[in-house]
Amino acid sequence: MNLLIKNGRVIDPSQGIDAKLDILIEGGVIAKVDKKLTSSAEVLDATGLIVTPGFIDLHTHLREPGHEHKETIATGTRAAVAGGYTAVCAMANTMPPNDERAVTEMMIAEAARHGACRVYPIGAVSKGLAGEALAEIADLRAAGCVGVSDDGKPVYNAQLMRRALEYCSMLGIPVIAHEEDANLVEGGVMHEGYYSTLLGMGGMPAASEETMVARDVILARITGAHLHIAHLSTAGAADAVRTARAQGVKVTCEVTPHHIALGDDSVQSFSTYLKMNPPLRSKEHRDAIIDAIADGTIDAIATDHAPHHFDEKNVEFDLAPFGVIGLETAFAVCYDRLVREKMIDLARLIDLMSCGPARIFNLGGGTLATGAFGDVTLIDVETPFQVTNTFRSKASNSPFVGETLHGRVAATAVGGVVKYDLREVAALPGTKSRKRKR
Amino acid sequence: MRTQTSALRSKDLLGIEPLSPEEITLILDTAEGFKEVSERPVKKVPALRGQLVINLFMEASTRTRVSFEIAEKRLSADTLSFSASGSAVEKGETLIDTAQNLMAMAPDMIVIRHKHPGAPKMLADRLPASIINAGDGAHEHPTQALLDAFTIREKLGRLQGVNVSIIGDISHSRVVRSNIHLLTKMKANVTLAGPPSLMPVQIERMGVRVVNSLNEAIEGADVIMMLRVQLERQGKLSFPSLREYYNTFGLTPERLRRAKEGVMVMHPGPMNRGVEIASDVADGPYSVILEQVTNGVAVRMAVLYLLGGAHMAE
Repeated sequence: MNLLIKNGRVIDPSQGIDAKLDILIEGGVIAKVDKKLTSSAEVLDATGLIVTPGFIDLHTHLREPGHEHKETIATGTRAAVAGGYTAVCAMANTMPPNDERAVTEMMIAEAARHGACRVYPIGAVSKGLAGEALAEIADLRAAGCVGVSDDGKPVYNAQLMRRALEYCSMLGIPVIAHEEDANLVEGGVMHEGYYSTLLGMGGMPAASEETMVARDVILARITGAHLHIAHLSTAGAADAVRTARAQGVKVTCEVTPHHIALGDDSVQSFSTYLKMNPPLRSKEHRDAIIDAIADGTIDAIATDHAPHHFDEKNVEFDLAPFGVIGLETAFAVCYDRLVREKMIDLARLIDLMSCGPARIFNLGGGTLATGAFGDVTLIDVETPFQVTNTFRSKASNSPFVGETLHGRVAATAVGGVVKYDLREVAALPGTKSRKRKR
Repeated sequence: MRTQTSALRSKDLLGIEPLSPEEITLILDTAEGFKEVSERPVKKVPALRGQLVINLFMEASTRTRVSFEIAEKRLSADTLSFSASGSAVEKGETLIDTAQNLMAMAPDMIVIRHKHPGAPKMLADRLPASIINAGDGAHEHPTQALLDAFTIREKLGRLQGVNVSIIGDISHSRVVRSNIHLLTKMKANVTLAGPPSLMPVQIERMGVRVVNSLNEAIEGADVIMMLRVQLERQGKLSFPSLREYYNTFGLTPERLRRAKEGVMVMHPGPMNRGVEIASDVADGPYSVILEQVTNGVAVRMAVLYLLGGAHMAE
C-alpha cells in the first residue's frame, strides 16, 4: 500500500503538471508529489518513463458471469493492468445480465477476490436488456453501479430512453447509449460504403448511428439528464454532440482506439478480427473523429474490449460475433496514431484515458492530487515494440497483432500496489507460447 | 488479342479483382482451345489425370456445379461433389473443419460455392489446395464473368470499347461485381440500371456509369445483361411487387426495339421469365443465353487447367 515512484516524468493533466517528480503513495492514496522524495516504502524506478494517473476504461466487457470461456473478471482485469488501466467499467451484457443487485454484488465481490484493478459495474437500463421495462436502477446504483447501459443493443423505445434519462438524473449517473438503428443496419456486418459495395457485404450505414444520436441528444435536452454516447464512430454523431454541448446539453462521448486507427478498407482481408459494432468506418469519418478529439468534443477514449473465443471468430466473416479486445494495446495505438502523428499532445491523450473518464463518470482516480487513489501508470514512449499474440486477456481477437507501436505500459500500480511490471513479465519463462497460434 | 503471360500468379481463383488484364486474356485464349475439345466426338483430354477436384457446394446451384463437373471430367480429373445438405455441415461442422477434413484426403483443387463473402479466401489462406471461387455471397463469381467475357469476345471480336449494360438487382449480385472488375480491366464501358433501392452505395467508384431507367441503359448498348431478381425480395423493403418490377425493369421485345441492331442479350441464369426478362426476348434472336452455358464449360476447363494442369506439366 506504500510505494515510492522515483525519477519519472510526471504528467498529470488534472493539475497541469509536467515535470520530473517523485510520487509517494501511503495507505493506498497519494501522499506527496515532489522532487527527490525519500521513504522506507518499496521503490519503483521510473527513470526514462512517463508517469501518469492510472487509466480508466469506461467500456469493458469482462464477460463474467456467464461467458467465462471468453474472459473472466480475473483475466480481464489482468489484461487491464497490462494496458495501464487501474479501473474498468464492466458492461451489463453478461449472462444473466447485470440488471439486478445480486449480479452487481457478485461482480464487485469477484473483483475484490481475484481482480487486479478496480471494477465499476455498469447496470442494465432495461430488465433482461430487453428494452421494455426499466431495471431497478436505484438498487443497482446502491449496489455500486456507476452508470446504466443496454450496450450491445440500442434502447429502441424512445419513451423508455426518456424515462431512463429522467430516472438516472435523480441518481446522478449517466445513461450510456449504444446508438444503432437496427432496421437501417438490417443484417449488415461492416460500414456501408465503397468497401461494403466492393466486397458484397451487408452495410451498416453511418446514418444508423447518427439518427439515434440525434434522437437521444434531443431527449437529453428535454430531460436535462446526462447522456453518454458509447463508441462514437461517425462524423455526423460527432457534429451532433458538438452542437448539443454548445447549447448546454449534458452529453459526453467516447471513441475507441480501433475506430481511430483502422478503416473499413482493411476489411478486404476478410479477417474477423476487423469485425466490430460500430464497424470500422471510412476515412472521412475517421478524420472527423480525430478532429473531434483534437477540438475537445470527445471526452474519453474507451476500449470496448470485447473478448471472444478463438473458435467463435474462426468462421466466415458474416457469422463471426462483433468485437475485438483492446485493453492491452489501447494506449500504444493511440500514442502512435494521435501523439506521434501530432494530432494531439501527450497530456491530452492522458486526459482522454484517465482524467476525462474519471471526470465524466464521477469516479475516483484520474488525478495524482494528494489524497486521491494511489493509481499510477508508467509508460515507455521511446522504445518501439511489436504486439504479439501473448495477451493476458483470455482472448486474442486483436486487430493489432504484428504491428510495431510506441508507448508500451511499463508498470501499473493500483492503490499503491504494483499489479503489473513489464520487467518482471519479461523475466517470466513460458509467457511467449501461451496462446494458440494461427 | 495477344497473350502476354503464360501462367496465373496465384494458386487460387478467388475473384476477378486480383487478376491482371493479361491473366484474363490468358484464361480466355486457353478457353478457346478447350471449346474445340467439347466439339470433338471424344470430348476428353488427359490434362488433369490423377488429380482430385472436390466441388464443395454449400449453396444451391445447378448450372455452375454441372458445368464444373463436366469441365473436370473432360480434363480427366477425379472428381466428386457434395452439398451442405446431407453433409456434416448439417450437424454443425464449421466450414474450416469441413475443409481441413477434405484436405486430409489430399485434393489438388477445391471448387467452392458459399453464401458468405470471403469463404473461398478463408480456405485459400489455410489450405495448400488450389481454391476456385464458384460464387461467394454477393462478392464474386469469377468464372461467370469469364464466360460472359468469352461469349462477348467470341461474338464481337473484342472487349475493349464494348458497351455493356447490366440491369437489375445490383446490390445482391456477385455476377455484376465480377463483371465490373473484368470489363473495366479490359476497357469495356459498363452501365448499370436498376431500382435505386437495389443499387449499392458508391458503386460508381468501381468505374461504372449508373443510369435511372431501362431505356437509358438499352440505348447504345452492344450487350444487355439481365440479372436475376431474387423472388423472395418482392413485397418487402426493396421493391413493391414483381408486377411493378417487370413494368419498370423487365426486358420486353418492345423495349428491345430501342437497342442497337445486333445487340447481345445475356443472362447468367436461373431466369425468372416474365419478371426481369420476357420469354420472347430470352428465346429470341438476340439471346446468347444458352451459348453462355456452353462456353461456361470451356472457360472452367481453362481455369482448372491453368491452376492445376499447367504447372503439373512443368
